[in-house]
Amino acid sequence: MRKSPIDRTYYSLVYLITGLAVLVTLYPFLYVLSVSLSSVSAIDKQQVWLYPVDFTLSGYKMVLQYKELWTSFYNTVWYTVVGTILNLVATCLAAFPLSRSRFFLRRKLNFFIAFTMYFSGGLIPVYMLITSLGLYNTRWVMVLPVLVSTFNVMICRSAFEGIPNEIFESASLDGANDARMLFSIAVPIIKPTLAVLGLYYAVFHWNNFFSALLYLGSQELQPLQLFLRRVLVMASPEIMQKMGGTTSTGALAVSTLQVRYVSIIVSIAPIILVYPFIQRYFVKGITLGAVKG
Amino acid sequence: MKLWVLIKRDKYLLLMFAPIFVYYVLFMYLPMPGIFIAFKDFTPGRGIWGSEWVGLQWFQQFADSIYFWRLIRNTFLLAFYPLVFGFWIPILFAICIVEIKNRAFKRFAQTVTYLPHFISTVVIAGILINFLSPTDGIVNSFLSGMGLEKINFMMDPRWFRTIFTSSEIWQSFGFNSIIYIAAIVGIDPELYDSGKIDGVNKFQEVWHLTLPSIKPTIVILLLLSLGGLMSVGFEKVYLLYNGSTYETADVLTTYVYRMGIESQNFGFATAIGLFNSVVTFVFVFAANLLTRRATQMSLW
Repeated sequence: MRKSPIDRTYYSLVYLITGLAVLVTLYPFLYVLSVSLSSVSAIDKQQVWLYPVDFTLSGYKMVLQYKELWTSFYNTVWYTVVGTILNLVATCLAAFPLSRSRFFLRRKLNFFIAFTMYFSGGLIPVYMLITSLGLYNTRWVMVLPVLVSTFNVMICRSAFEGIPNEIFESASLDGANDARMLFSIAVPIIKPTLAVLGLYYAVFHWNNFFSALLYLGSQELQPLQLFLRRVLVMASPEIMQKMGGTTSTGALAVSTLQVRYVSIIVSIAPIILVYPFIQRYFVKGITLGAVKG
Repeated sequence: MKLWVLIKRDKYLLLMFAPIFVYYVLFMYLPMPGIFIAFKDFTPGRGIWGSEWVGLQWFQQFADSIYFWRLIRNTFLLAFYPLVFGFWIPILFAICIVEIKNRAFKRFAQTVTYLPHFISTVVIAGILINFLSPTDGIVNSFLSGMGLEKINFMMDPRWFRTIFTSSEIWQSFGFNSIIYIAAIVGIDPELYDSGKIDGVNKFQEVWHLTLPSIKPTIVILLLLSLGGLMSVGFEKVYLLYNGSTYETADVLTTYVYRMGIESQNFGFATAIGLFNSVVTFVFVFAANLLTRRATQMSLW
């Protein structure tokens, strides 16, 4: 079909806007990547603006030698893995009983958890409670206070409710109890939903900064996000000197810029590498939320 | 049925929920009485109930301070600006994305624009601060390259709202477009076929067919976002602001953090936190009410 001139203008606009959106989103990351891969002298002369100049990995060598980066990286992986596993187990344990229409406490417990979505103690009372429980400066403080998200429990509950009742009836005729029904029947059926919830929990843990800011004073336990804050936001000179390792102040100033940009790449690399493959699950997550209504 | 019969019948369900029950009691319900700290002269040694009542003293002190209106204004504007300046961008982007015929480019564009949503606030703030730095930031290198004067963006209170709003829109427009894309894809194709017979061009199609069809989605999302107008996120403000930008950047949550966690002024901080919760609740409640009205109207 031939397009009229006005429709051709339309399609040019469509591609122009989309291209612009891609450019605006991509450019900052591209620039950071290029600086991280360029030579210090090229950065100093401000030659880098799009692609790496005098390609070198020396910035990465400097940063990756820094022990504190690895400690915080390890901590973040720990919080993400342990946290997400506990989240998923707890979400299923909470959602399954609430999905069984027969369960005699169903209505009361649904209200019991939904209430917390509208009413909470607030920052200071929660802070005081967690410190008084002795969780301050322990690994568990990153995991236990965020064991389940009520919203995700509700999504998981409606997934369980979507399973046809006949499946459970025939299982109970075969003598399966509720625990078996959950683990051998219900969980395998809602695996796609659990994958989405798991992804959202994992991203939350990977990026969690607030809990660490409040409850982790010890550097040994600090996650990547707190480490990054000291490098990027506070530009801690002590870290810069340790990581930069250069003596002359001029070269130091430039190489610290590179150290900062290398740190950004190192910290977002895992997400960027995994993300394109699981993007469709994230998108699915939005529709899950909408179904819940 | 007798209670113990029910307990026996549902024992596995009860066992499953038991750890969850403990979690909710411990981390959600136990802190709730802590709200009374807002009405007490709290000293840790005497506990919540041993401390003396001070009535509304903390609220009064807050309302009388210069912070009261400043914090309310900042909290509101940092949510309001991204909404008014940014809400139409995901819609425009969604309209464009669904028109892209080249599948590889379409996928690429979606992947790239959704990405910032998954990047941590620390990294976003770090990128902003470093790009805008007066010593080695790319923005100021560009400005001085053009012969313009360098600007110390992060230290200038006049720039904070602009930086916050534009980065907020940058981070979220792609991801927010998903729901509009779903709405546009869900429009009945027959509508467009009849439009073609009537000879409308693509611009008229967007204006007279696409936009009216997704109007309910737009209205609902707009109304729902009204609920968030008094609850701007803590992290990004906290990471971007500093002493010299408090005037335009300080919001209720960051003030609560400084007063409570940093200065250990528990009673005062809890009072402001409670004030913030009540205001937020009113906004969410009103937004939900309006949304319910609007959806009912659109059903009839």
